[in-house]
Amino acid sequence: MARDDVKTGYKLIGTRPNRPDGLDKVTGRARYGADFSLPGMLHAAVVRSPHAHARIVKIDASKALALDGVKAVVTRADLPTGLTGEDLNLQDNTLAGDRALYDGHAVAAVAATSALLAQDAARLIEVTYEVLPHVTDVDAAMAPGAPVIREGVADYSVPEGMHGNVARYMEFGHGDVEAGFAAADIVREHTYKTEATHQGYIEPHACVGQMGEDGRGEMWVCTQGHWYIRRMSAAVLGIDAANLRVTPSEIGGGFGGKTTIFMEPLSLALSRKAGGRPVKLVMSRSEVLRATGPTASASMDVKLGMKKDGTITAGQVYFRMQGGAFPGMSPIGEALPCAFACYDIAALKHEAVEVIANRPKAAAYRAPGSPMAAFAVESLVDEMCRELKLDPIEVRLKNGATNGSKSSYGPVYNVIGLKETLEAAKDHPNYAIPLGPNQGRGVASGFWFNHGGETSVSLAVGEDGTATVMIGTPDIGGSRASIGLMVAETLGIPYEDVRVNVVETGALGVNEPTHGSRATFASGKAAVEAARQAIAEMCRRAAADWGIDAEAVEWKDGAAHPAGPNAGKHPPMTIGEIGSKMGSTGGPISGHHEVTAEGVGASFGTHVVDVEVDPETGRTTVLRYLVVQDAGTAIHPAYVEGQYQGGAAQGIGWALNEEYVYGADGRLQNPVFLDYRIPVASDLPMIDTVIIEVPNPGHPYGVRGVGETGITPPLPAVASAIAGATGARIRSLPCSPPKVLAAIKAAKG
Amino acid sequence: MRYHTPTSFADAAAIAAGATGTLRFLAGGTDVLVQMRAGMVQPDDLIDLKHIPGVDQVVQTPDGGWKIGIAVPGIVLGGHEGLVRDWPGVVEGMSLVGSTQVQGRATLAGNLCNGSPAADSVPGLIAAGAMVTVTGPKGSRDIPVEAVPAGPGKTTLAKGEVVSSITLPPRGKNGGDCYLRFIPRTEMDIAVVGCAVSLRLDGDKIVEARVALGAVAPTVILSEAAAQAIIGTTLDDAATAALAKAAEGAAKPISDKRGTKEFRIDVAGVLARRAAQIAYDRAKGPSKGSQA
Repeated sequence: MARDDVKTGYKLIGTRPNRPDGLDKVTGRARYGADFSLPGMLHAAVVRSPHAHARIVKIDASKALALDGVKAVVTRADLPTGLTGEDLNLQDNTLAGDRALYDGHAVAAVAATSALLAQDAARLIEVTYEVLPHVTDVDAAMAPGAPVIREGVADYSVPEGMHGNVARYMEFGHGDVEAGFAAADIVREHTYKTEATHQGYIEPHACVGQMGEDGRGEMWVCTQGHWYIRRMSAAVLGIDAANLRVTPSEIGGGFGGKTTIFMEPLSLALSRKAGGRPVKLVMSRSEVLRATGPTASASMDVKLGMKKDGTITAGQVYFRMQGGAFPGMSPIGEALPCAFACYDIAALKHEAVEVIANRPKAAAYRAPGSPMAAFAVESLVDEMCRELKLDPIEVRLKNGATNGSKSSYGPVYNVIGLKETLEAAKDHPNYAIPLGPNQGRGVASGFWFNHGGETSVSLAVGEDGTATVMIGTPDIGGSRASIGLMVAETLGIPYEDVRVNVVETGALGVNEPTHGSRATFASGKAAVEAARQAIAEMCRRAAADWGIDAEAVEWKDGAAHPAGPNAGKHPPMTIGEIGSKMGSTGGPISGHHEVTAEGVGASFGTHVVDVEVDPETGRTTVLRYLVVQDAGTAIHPAYVEGQYQGGAAQGIGWALNEEYVYGADGRLQNPVFLDYRIPVASDLPMIDTVIIEVPNPGHPYGVRGVGETGITPPLPAVASAIAGATGARIRSLPCSPPKVLAAIKAAKG
Repeated sequence: MRYHTPTSFADAAAIAAGATGTLRFLAGGTDVLVQMRAGMVQPDDLIDLKHIPGVDQVVQTPDGGWKIGIAVPGIVLGGHEGLVRDWPGVVEGMSLVGSTQVQGRATLAGNLCNGSPAADSVPGLIAAGAMVTVTGPKGSRDIPVEAVPAGPGKTTLAKGEVVSSITLPPRGKNGGDCYLRFIPRTEMDIAVVGCAVSLRLDGDKIVEARVALGAVAPTVILSEAAAQAIIGTTLDDAATAALAKAAEGAAKPISDKRGTKEFRIDVAGVLARRAAQIAYDRAKGPSKGSQA
């Protein structure tokens, strides 16, 4: 299908140059959060609640403060009062108030002259607790008789009569679902559950904070969004944002989990109390798992009506999600719109509640809410396809959303690539490979909105004709390379002549974090605009030199050219020549663009997975895995493939073995990577990828965000493949061997 | 913390006997150092045994067995031709411990004395009939490996006693062993169930067998009933079914974050059957054994 708006014939876009951070990372030179140090720096440790829910009766730090080398202890009493809303939630999570709300909740922090001494001092801080009743399971938290863990969390949306732990309620839909179910040949309804999972980034949270008695401070921190760190830390500490300068480090993974604060303000509070000495705070892996944001756990009812030919006549969902002990953290607002986003169905009803529980404050995790919703809806679609002996790709093509469809959540889709991914999956060799005994194949599609957001970018031309780009979105997935390619393409200069730097909060206007798969889209779009500004200025400089109108100059191949015969005969003036003379032709040449970026294009994907299940142990081996996803335009295809593979790997982990395991005491049982089982390299086959390119009309080069959609289909695809291999349908993740073996035995009777 | 580097096991035992606080021995350190970093243990005395001559050696005993020093790391065992030939099941158990980096340090003696019911090298040693030499203030004594663990994190060793070597018996003719573990992933994981089988054949018939089960009780179980289920058989279907049933009966697991009781019992039977078959094929030798 030819499109007039689609440009082709790029010189650099679509190529795979070396990553700009590659050498530093493989040689160990890259500076991550914990690599930063300053003279006179202190080290901090945090005292954490060993109880899921407890009143804090007393905190006695006298023994810790008596140790030689201990410089400061902070408790909630050191933080300002009077905060409200999410600022109060952030403060409550940074340091517990009168109650600890989950196992691992920070209660006090100490700074000392060495990390070991700080840990010793933390052990000497005596906290007296009065243990309170707790609840950790999403369904149990809203069951009659469950302890209300915080009073007054319900917002305006919660209907009367719901349990006191219910914080939010949502509903929307269209069409007549009852008529739709009546028109179906089969109507099926099941409940699906997913357990909380952690983003599992390899780099733990780390920062160095410094703040004087005057309330002016600096922080060096591992984060996806340093303006968020600045705003949130300033709110928690009661200081002005302008007085806090935040510089992001290189980042060892984020996946959404580093878009907020957990312990960062503690470094500043300790520093202020220790006379302004810088304070380093580095979390251990156990602290990361106990006290930073995993995603929500979910319990989800789904009902679907289908005709014998595969037409879906109606759908209905009721989702229950918990996002920890704080309201507003579960992704019900994303899960509901994602539930049927891949389909064009005449009648849909969506309902969801958010409930709080004694678990850590949830954070974003790659397409928040979408994987759970996909697990529920796509699993049931697969169950009905198997029952009616219909091909799962054909059923999705028959019911799939397409250009101009009104989406399940309201807006009309402009140009989308779902059907292209389904066709490519159907035609891929993997879909035709015969399956052996105990093997099964699963198919699922997935969706993510993608995001634009507040974006500010600057670009400066160097005296030698190179270009420096200043962006505010930390690079978690290749955005420096992709933005560099787009800027180089626009300027018409080599990729190697463009350096893209992620700069600190003092250097640009406010930037939202790298979230919502927005960095390459939004910072890229702004960088292209900034480059166009610089080009316009360079054309003016050339025009002035040639004595012609700026409009009579055009830019191509990295140089100003006279535009047509009337402009006179002038040899092209290169960016290097213009740069070398800029001091005498009007001064520095730069471009700047800031925008709340619009024109986002959603990304759809379809996955096909083959598994083999050991019928005697219930252990699942992933034999082959195919990701097909629409990238709009793949600026740097290797990074796009990496995002596809990474999303699939995390989704496979969620499907098979990852879960938060709580004991009867409400404590997390598996806060180490030994027992929190993310896939290791040898668990996965090489993940096959197909990049579909249906360019996004809202971006100068057609970019769609690609980072998140990929984690969505694996949950249902893997469970459906296991169902194909065993005849046993797992409706509660993870599909761990004990659960699968029990299901196999139950299916046999 | 006091860090000691004795140059003899007698000195090590003397230091240990005189210690009054928390004591840990350091061989590879892949458990102790991790526990110290995690704040699980803070030793008052840490006795590093690697300065004692001979602890990094594997030597053949006069009767054809193998004496293994307490600091020999897994990677050396895995590359030792004689050990791999005689006791592949013992070697493969040790090779499953940790990552490649951990393999460069982790030792059989440390894996044993850490006292984990899920230790991957211990069932193989017990099935093999390995002995340990224990040195204490009153001298040395030899005890079977299965006499060392006393429960999670505990051993039967008395105050001042330290394991000073591990000895595998001579393999002899027509023998084979195997260790299998169940983990949900492919590596970097801890056994949910482990099983080692060592056996000897006379022709096609099993004449000796030892079956050890890991992670299904507070200590590794040496199951006589499981051994008897296959002794005198050619490991036909009836024998493997009886073996699985005996292994299931011997297993006394708990339900925890790594697996349910029911799952562990089922998998103990499955692994016993599979391990016995591999050990049997190894005993038959490559020319005679079936291709598994």
